[in-house]
Amino acid sequence: MTPAGAAAPMPAPDPASPPAETEAEAPRGDIVVALAQLAPRLGDLRANLARHLELIGAASAQGADLLVFPELSLTGYFLQDLVTDTAIRLDGPELGALAEASHGIDTVVGCILESDDHRFHNAAIYLSGGAVVHVHRKVYLPTYGLFDEARDVAPGNRFRAFVAPLPSARPPRPWRAGILICEDLWHPSSAYLLARDGVDVILCLSSSPGRGVGSGGALGTAQSYDVMTRTYAQLFTAYVVYCNRVGYEDGVNFWGGSRVVDPEGHLDGEPAGREEALPLHRLGLAVVRRARIANPMLRDERHDIVDAECRRLSRRERG
Amino acid sequence: MADSGGGSALSVPPGALDVDCDLVTEILTGFVRDEVRKVGFERAVVGLSGGIDSALTLALVCRALGAENAIPVIMPYRASSPASERDGRLVAAQLGATPLVVDISPQIDAYFAGSPDADRNRRGNKMARERMSILYDISLARGALVVGTSNKTELLLGYGTIHGDMAHALNPLGDLYKTQVFALARHLELPPTVIAKAPSADLWEGQSDEQELGFEYARVDRLLHLMVDERRGRAELRTLGFADAFVEQIQRRVRDSQYKRRPPLIAKLSNRTIDRDFRYPRDWGR
Repeated sequence: MTPAGAAAPMPAPDPASPPAETEAEAPRGDIVVALAQLAPRLGDLRANLARHLELIGAASAQGADLLVFPELSLTGYFLQDLVTDTAIRLDGPELGALAEASHGIDTVVGCILESDDHRFHNAAIYLSGGAVVHVHRKVYLPTYGLFDEARDVAPGNRFRAFVAPLPSARPPRPWRAGILICEDLWHPSSAYLLARDGVDVILCLSSSPGRGVGSGGALGTAQSYDVMTRTYAQLFTAYVVYCNRVGYEDGVNFWGGSRVVDPEGHLDGEPAGREEALPLHRLGLAVVRRARIANPMLRDERHDIVDAECRRLSRRERG
Repeated sequence: MADSGGGSALSVPPGALDVDCDLVTEILTGFVRDEVRKVGFERAVVGLSGGIDSALTLALVCRALGAENAIPVIMPYRASSPASERDGRLVAAQLGATPLVVDISPQIDAYFAGSPDADRNRRGNKMARERMSILYDISLARGALVVGTSNKTELLLGYGTIHGDMAHALNPLGDLYKTQVFALARHLELPPTVIAKAPSADLWEGQSDEQELGFEYARVDRLLHLMVDERRGRAELRTLGFADAFVEQIQRRVRDSQYKRRPPLIAKLSNRTIDRDFRYPRDWGR
């Protein structure tokens, strides 16, 4: 990861030299986030779980406070009837093992989560200190073009911010985080709701299939995500951490490009490429503060107008 | 269902693989008639092996289109069992269809003259594909659609030659387990010798499906039905008397042969990739 010139908020950490031991003990306004840009094995929960545990170890050894995996990192994406075979439960052994591994490093994984009433969700689980801290169930299930998600899984019904414990960083004030999964990002209301809920960082887990090769160097999908991540970061003055997977499934490629965009809308270094990678990024509360002083849109946001207009529109939509 | 205990974790209804043969015959006959005619054909061509699957397929085609529009093709190799050709002729005669006989020995032998040490799998696959290419040639020559004979058991186990016997335009038996094929063949009163003999691909002397697969159709059909149709899990299957090793073996076979049941992979580049996001029914406009 290369600092993006003047846009880089802080010197990037060198993966070869982890933060010193003493640094971890003092409160830090900054955190090191690792992005596990991997290619899961389709439908092989056991192999993917082993790979997760390996990468948690690697990221932890490199000084990361938080490790973010892509959407459906434990299962692969085009599951179809494998959804029910690869589903896990919140109290199951797989999340148990991952939670155990999260004692030194907060971790977000993607999986198929089965509820007690046997609904299957495309979910992201935030683990810290041996426990599940937050669950986000993908709200927007794309069912068009090459996508068939609503046939296979049930939709989530909320966007909620939460406090990311990040105990290894001992932050001076809590980091508030929110999770979006891939298609959730295509609905600006999702990011708006998280921003209004006070997030410092939006964690977006993705399994974005690459398509559209006619547009000069970058895939059409990659260009769209570039625009969305930078726009949301800048407008909501929050970090956007985007982790996309790589690899191929049944002829479809996943384009990677995992990145961090800072609260001023600048990329932190270059996005990852199309290969497996474990890039590290440094995120700082001081940068959030600076962005919100320079661009106080959140302070000035007229929630009262939004609420009033939404009520009016709701009434109209109900007829 | 409550009477037969169906749906409970611990029992399988005894007649789980039973089918209403009259209803199935009606649906499959209608299927062949409709799908052949709406693409502009009146005739169908069926490779007749002397076995039960092709005999039943031919019977359905004769019912759907009339025996005069059914073209059974018997394609023996010099090492094929003489009983295969005899039984094929017997089936065609009973149904009133006139078989074509094409000996595939010259082209098979000519091809393998250059590889005398080719094993029997290579030879068997080559024969299956040779037969496919003959059926498609007759299809064009006689204006007849190729109707396949693969049943659900074979398809799930991958017990067929891709681009060989698995290549055809229509497949009436593809959702019937072998056990159900037997039931329908008895119902349609196909020749008892064809029904009674041990199933064989007859690609080499003495070949037997059950010997080669290593299990009986009756047993694997019961397991496949529970796994595929009823979605029973490993623990339930164990309770129902299926050893883990057998279940694993069959699951592996089904998984590893998935490629045979799907069209080739197309590398996605554009926004509308054929079969991925360019989706039209095969009966588009028909």
